[in-house]
Amino acid sequence: MNQLLPLIGVFSYLSLLTVGGGMAAFPELKYLTVDVHHWVNFPQLIHLYSIGQMAPGPNMMMIAAIGQWVAGPVGAIVVTAAFFLPTGLLTLLVGRLWVRLADWPWKASIQRGLGPVSIGLLLAGVMSIAKGAITGWESIAIAAVVFGAILLARVNPIPLIALAAVVGAYAFR
Amino acid sequence: MSDITAGEGAPATAQDAPPSILAIFLAFLSIGATSFGGGVVAYLRSALVGRHRWVDDETFIELLSICQSLPGLNASNMAILVGDRLRGTSGAAAALVGICLPGGLMMVAAAIAYGAAHSQGNVVDGMLHGVSAAAVGMVLAVSLQLGFKTLKNYADLVFVALTIIGVEVFHLSVLVVLAGVGALAIFWYRPGGASKDGALFAGTLRFLDGTAARLSRSKGKDKTGKDKKTGGHP
Repeated sequence: MNQLLPLIGVFSYLSLLTVGGGMAAFPELKYLTVDVHHWVNFPQLIHLYSIGQMAPGPNMMMIAAIGQWVAGPVGAIVVTAAFFLPTGLLTLLVGRLWVRLADWPWKASIQRGLGPVSIGLLLAGVMSIAKGAITGWESIAIAAVVFGAILLARVNPIPLIALAAVVGAYAFR
Repeated sequence: MSDITAGEGAPATAQDAPPSILAIFLAFLSIGATSFGGGVVAYLRSALVGRHRWVDDETFIELLSICQSLPGLNASNMAILVGDRLRGTSGAAAALVGICLPGGLMMVAAAIAYGAAHSQGNVVDGMLHGVSAAAVGMVLAVSLQLGFKTLKNYADLVFVALTIIGVEVFHLSVLVVLAGVGALAIFWYRPGGASKDGALFAGTLRFLDGTAARLSRSKGKDKTGKDKKTGGHP
């Protein structure tokens, strides 16, 4: 129970980093949950993140799993609220102001400037997760096949991930 | 109702007949329960613009652009903005809870199952290792798809590189990198500054559109009808 306050602090901070997508916060998510608070170890975090990619809805719902793990159902609720409320309130506010900002010339500059930075954050997030998930030629092969199938053929990733689980059960024994 | 027709006609506006809080909650709950495979934004668009006609396509794109320059996930931010337009703060809250609830419950169940299964040995470990490797391929593909659309000039590549170097090489806090490189990039594209247009990856996008079209034609059964243009956001 005494973990609830750190959970709130960590996940409301992380939510402010998710510019461009949840992946942008992954390096900091790893640092805070694994290295600082020891709520999960790195393989567990990567497993939860990967399972979370299969869940529907906003793609960072894996945070609820960390909350559940650390402090039970209350933890799951607290983490989810901490993760969605700060940015949610900001969005609500800016959404209402946006109409008035229509003629503000810096609006386009902010949108245009943050675009490439958010792509950089996403790619840095991918690198962080790859450090734990890519361990040898088997995992490189799985990642490459999924990468190619999604980029070139726009295949739905769910069957691919299920297939990777089966391949993994044989390849990583 | 497919989203191809959604931009035409006169979609009901929020002022016309605002849906009830319950209707908003249920609509977002069903999106939150069915949007498997990433690209929640595409599901949102076909439901909100197409099926329910709660916002028109132009408004949807405008709201999406607000989400993309703010922290927070696109899916949850879109739920908040559309919910707010329909029914104010309580509409926004109903939409947010609705879209998060199914995935959240599934992840709580997954956490419990993972804790139980993990002690049983290495088959589960192997499966999760495979899933993790697949997830790397998936998030890289989705990030690049988005990148090819977002990055338009060589300067953008510099900002991407600076961001990655800051986070991965110097291990700076994401917040510091966001503030530093973000400010630099915003200043670069300041009013009257560098041109915001460019076509750096136009050829790449055409090529990928082509391969996807050819492969889905030859497969002949990919008729999900989802608009991938607004989807695929990680």
